[in-house]
Formats: sequence, C-alpha cells, structure tokens
Amino acid sequence: MADRSAVGKTGKPFKMHVDWSKVREFARAIKDPNPLYFDPELAKKELGGIPVPVTFLQTSAFWTDETSSPGFGGFDLRRILHGEQEFEFFKPIFVGDTLTGVSKVADVLEKEGGRGGKMTLLITETEYTNQKGEKVAIARSTLIETGQAVKA
Amino acid sequence: MAKLKFDSIKVGDEIPKFEVAGVMRPDFVRYAGASGDFVPLHYDQTFVEMAGIPTVFAQGMFTAGLLSKAVTDYVGVGNVRRFQVRFATRVWPGDVVTCTGKVTNKIEKDGEKQIEGDLIVLNQKGEPAIRGSFRAACA
Repeated sequence: MADRSAVGKTGKPFKMHVDWSKVREFARAIKDPNPLYFDPELAKKELGGIPVPVTFLQTSAFWTDETSSPGFGGFDLRRILHGEQEFEFFKPIFVGDTLTGVSKVADVLEKEGGRGGKMTLLITETEYTNQKGEKVAIARSTLIETGQAVKA
Repeated sequence: MAKLKFDSIKVGDEIPKFEVAGVMRPDFVRYAGASGDFVPLHYDQTFVEMAGIPTVFAQGMFTAGLLSKAVTDYVGVGNVRRFQVRFATRVWPGDVVTCTGKVTNKIEKDGEKQIEGDLIVLNQKGEPAIRGSFRAACA
C-alpha cells in the first residue's frame, strides 16, 4: 500500500528511444491504419517526421524499473485499477527522438470506494524532454489500489 | 495532417463515431505486446478466476487507444494538445465499443486556435466505458 510519505518522490530519469517498429505495432494494436504511422515519406512531407499515437508514451510505464517509478512499491497487482490517464503535448514527438522521462509522485489519496472497499489513489506525473532539451509532454496517471479484488 | 478549420467548427459539433464491433481476447493480447502492459488480468483466465473475476477484460489504455484514433481522425494526427480519459465500466470480450465525442469550446491558447471537447466510449448497453476530454489545435 502506497502512503503519503511517497508524495514528491522523484524517480531516476529514464531514456525512451522512439522506435518506428514499436510505433507501427502500437498503431495496429489500437486499430489505427493512418498512413502517417506507416509511410515515412508521407509523414515527413506532412509533419516533418513519423508521429507517435496519442497514448504511445504510456508504453514507457511498463519497462521502467522501480527506481524510475516512485511510489509503486507495495501495490498488490490483483487489486490495481487504472483510474485515469492524461497526456499534455507541448512539442511534436517523432520516431528517432530520444526522450528523457522523469516521474514523480504527485499525490497519494485515500477514498471510500464503492465496489472494492477502501481505495488508495496514486497520482504520478511523468515529464518527457526530447534530445534538444525541449519539454514535449507530461503524462499524468491515477492508479487505484482497492481494499479487495473488484468483483465484476 | 491537415488541421480542422477553426472558423468552420461549431460548439456542439460531433466527432465522427469509431465503432469496433466486438473486441476480442486477441485484441487484448496484441495490445499487451505493443504496449508492454502484461498485467495478467487482460489475458490470463486462470489468474482472473483466482481474483474472482469471470473473464479477462480489456486494458483501459487499449480502449483509450481506440478513442484516441477517433480524435486524431477528426483533428488530424499531430494536432492533439491534451487527451484525458477516466475509466468507468470495464470492456469485456465481445463488447461492441463506440468512440465519439463533441466540441464544447473554442479558445485561443499558446498562440494557437484550439478546440476543446468531451469524449465518451460506450458499450452495446449504452454504458460508458470511458469518459474523457481533449484539446486540439486548428488552422
């Protein structure tokens, strides 16, 4: 169970190389056949590079280790729900970019839940900077740990 | 991708629907591979039954990804400035999901003409699986 002492804790910066294979795989997985993800010449002409799907940055959440993901220690996987997710974009992100991500625990809250009893909310913010030092995006994630496994 | 023309958009305009008629387990597995989300709730029947849940269900971010496609089809890839989702009911194998939304506001921000809107993903019973919002740049 995460506790309030985690608030403000910052993870170790991690590098995310934006790989075209991964972008195409992701676009297929979300059923988006937009040629801008698949045709480099078209993408270069229209946007200046191959773009990434809106929710693509989420992929970094699954390979960063504990040192880059503050606040996750002690969460029980069977009782985790993803409550909310937000992305804000400030500059374009292209295939070939190397992003640096830094995550911090923005808040830890306790709430009375409906289906699963008492809930703990963990709100993390990850800020992404590109290889030119420009802030490109912020991802905000709310994870919920329920008091017991949530029944259907 | 071509931006929407700010002057031709009206508050209340609807985002064209993106419907997936029956999401299936292979969709969840494909998303697991693409995203790296290997939380077993989404593909491991033995695991979910032990947790007291009848079947595997979609990753929230899989469904959010479908919704993001509806948004980029409307505003153009590269023009989304903000995208937010809140997960409501879960999406089960066989569910028909419909992604849509509408324009709620026209603003000037960061030197750009932008629109804001509400988003929703509904299942075949009309229950919201996701409620969300977005902001996007226009021409």
